[in-house]
Amino acid sequence: MSAAQTLLLAGDPVFADGVDGAVLLIVAVKVLVAFAVLMVSVLFMVWFERKLVSDMQARIGPNRAGPWGLLQTLADGIKLFFKEDLLPDQADRRVFRLAPYLSLVPAFLTFAIVPVGGVIHIGERSTLLQVADPPVGILFLLAMSSVAVYGVMLAGWASGSKYPLLGSVRASAQMVSYEAALGLSVAAVVLVSGSLLTSEIVAEQSGGLPFKWNMFRLGFVPFAIFCLAATAELNRPPFDLVEAEQELVGGFHTEYSSLRFALFFLAEFMSTVVMSAIIVTLFLGGPAGPAPDGGILGAIVPIGWFLAKMFVFLFTYVWLRATLPRFRYDQLMDLGWKRLIPLSLFWLLVLAGMRVDRKYGFAVFAGGALLGLLLIRALQIGRATTEGEVGHAPAFEETR
Amino acid sequence: MTAPTSGMAGTSEGAQELHARNETDPLELLREEGAVLRLPEGTVVDPGDMSVEIAENETMIINMGPQHPSTHGVLRLMLELDGETVVRSKPVVGYLHTGMEKTQEELMYIQGSTNVTRMDYLANFHNETVFSVAVETLLEVDVPERATWIRMLFMELNRVSSHLLFMATNGMDIGAISMMLYGWRERELVLAFFERTTGLRMNCNYIRPGGVAVDLPEGWREQILAMCEAILPRLDEYDTLLTGQPIFQERTQGVGVITAEAAIALGATGPVLRSTGVAWDLRRDMPYMYYDQLDFDVVVGRYGDAFDRYAIRLNEIRESIRLIRQIVDLVPAGDYRVQDKKVTPPPRGRIDESMEALIHHFKLFTEGFKVPAGETYVAVESPRGELGGYLVSDGSAKPYRFHMRDPSFVNLQTLPVMLRGGFVADAVAIISSVDPVMGGVDR
Repeated sequence: MSAAQTLLLAGDPVFADGVDGAVLLIVAVKVLVAFAVLMVSVLFMVWFERKLVSDMQARIGPNRAGPWGLLQTLADGIKLFFKEDLLPDQADRRVFRLAPYLSLVPAFLTFAIVPVGGVIHIGERSTLLQVADPPVGILFLLAMSSVAVYGVMLAGWASGSKYPLLGSVRASAQMVSYEAALGLSVAAVVLVSGSLLTSEIVAEQSGGLPFKWNMFRLGFVPFAIFCLAATAELNRPPFDLVEAEQELVGGFHTEYSSLRFALFFLAEFMSTVVMSAIIVTLFLGGPAGPAPDGGILGAIVPIGWFLAKMFVFLFTYVWLRATLPRFRYDQLMDLGWKRLIPLSLFWLLVLAGMRVDRKYGFAVFAGGALLGLLLIRALQIGRATTEGEVGHAPAFEETR
Repeated sequence: MTAPTSGMAGTSEGAQELHARNETDPLELLREEGAVLRLPEGTVVDPGDMSVEIAENETMIINMGPQHPSTHGVLRLMLELDGETVVRSKPVVGYLHTGMEKTQEELMYIQGSTNVTRMDYLANFHNETVFSVAVETLLEVDVPERATWIRMLFMELNRVSSHLLFMATNGMDIGAISMMLYGWRERELVLAFFERTTGLRMNCNYIRPGGVAVDLPEGWREQILAMCEAILPRLDEYDTLLTGQPIFQERTQGVGVITAEAAIALGATGPVLRSTGVAWDLRRDMPYMYYDQLDFDVVVGRYGDAFDRYAIRLNEIRESIRLIRQIVDLVPAGDYRVQDKKVTPPPRGRIDESMEALIHHFKLFTEGFKVPAGETYVAVESPRGELGGYLVSDGSAKPYRFHMRDPSFVNLQTLPVMLRGGFVADAVAIISSVDPVMGGVDR
């Protein structure tokens, strides 16, 4: 194999004997299946979200199209397909048309590196249950989540309208700053796993006990930060400032209609599904779980574990949406830059120290904690001084 | 005053739109920057505090409304933004103006309450009461005790339903979408009782000059007490969902702050005024009807921010339920309207039996009743503040003039003061915390 091939295709045992017709067929089937599964899962995710939110809000939710309203999303898609496709006069036409794809395609591509199950055997050949396993897997993930920012940002900017512009400014700031926290918590995973291959990260966590999962192994902090940052990356509530119906009337997609709007909608839910899959892969051991060895069951049970873990996160996303109010722009930035990023940097240092020797780790932890406490105290004093000057004085005493 | 620029609707006050800085008169600019007319200049806006250093081309004037999901109907707010910070703002009203006060002059007194009930449509019983009491004052009729107690009962129920709707929309505006449905769900209980009694859920036209339209339905006591039982624990759930929720607190505390002086100078009443610490409630301070016989507390805030206004309304629901429970025991037996057949129609059954009743009925619904010439002002504490009705009669069967002093309209004046320096997201929370009802604002 050439160097380029190695770079792209390593990891998957199907390429071990070079590339021939059968291998191409296997890859094509995997791509198609992944595409179809992702589309269908998005269809049901939309339904699931609407149904679950309505249950939490004491209402019924979609129940007309298909059994239990299962086909509602399909019906909505068909409706959107036949709607008029508006292009605002002020819009930058090319960018306006391009933006929805910039949001959708990265969501698709990211799913390619997610290992859904273990190795399966087809005849003499064996392959991983994931579309691609490039040696740059994790970098690819970060790259794709950065590209997705462009979709939202350009959509708002190209609309030539004020509300979308505000939305797009919020989007770029939010997604770029949470990208940092996201990257730092991923770095923690890579540091401990010693590999950028998603298949290896997963393999490393497997082995019966859930205590081998990165969630526990890394001390829970990177997991929590990743989850928070991922929610912000996805623009899901309570971080959905970019769309903020009540403030920006839809934000970046205000001017979009018809199929182009459907693409944004699809991209949003697809990112949610894919991001849950990524969290499971990085922190919850992917398909790891008790499963019989070999046979059909041996191939299916891990997939079941994977889906079950993913479901927990999908449920949580919907639950958050039904429960929490939305953050404000500056509060979001505060959370990102002043809390998440310092904390994840600190934790990364601790983990690095631990890798060298346990006592270094504890030393870093103690030093960092001490510095952190000092900083917090300094901030408190600073805040108390300013508040003492400006004052939050009660305006009026009670008149009676 | 600069002349209205071309193509824009001018009023006697000039164009209502917010113009770019260089097109705006300095005095007007000072007012838009938050200076209050009746305050000595400089108390609210320090000239050095004026944001003149912002270059012309760095700000953006943006329209919020009249078709914006969070402006509570058709309020239009023009904001000058520096990034996401609101520099100047101006509420523009009139998009729901249907000339209801003028219509009132064309309607007989007996038809009047069906019109006023549609003004502040969330506090319909308060509107009806204001109008009816004003008419009765000029007529010098004494309304039976039972009718007055029923009116008080419905006004308190109405306060509960209106504040529940505030809970719903406020939650929604801040992004807690579930709160909207919970608020609606509880409000439904109250509206169901309105429907059972009056036949209508919102614009009930139940309180009319002379008393109320019909007597309370069978088993009303049990129904109302059961409703109170159902609502109270739900309010505690709101506390769990929102009051103690850190994101909610961050979004509302210290947001939209107004001082007591500014609120008084701008004529704000109701929760907007009470949030600044001024304990002013007409039910206690200018007692009307039998409120002096009841035991209740006036809920007062301290910081004058959006959170205080939320908390005041939440606790006012509790206070109103406390009042309702007292009123339920105090409603006496007796007539539910005056038995003066010149003012209230005879019962339907009497028309078939009595010639006199038929004549009264006919005269009442064709000519109405005449009200002696005079003028009067009646005010009640509506969920949004002082709701006053000013009635002038020239001795005919129709009012010469009827003006509503609607608290939503007056409270809207506080918006530019509260919005200044906040974010766009704050603007939404602040509008919501003032709880304007555009039906009442524009009339």
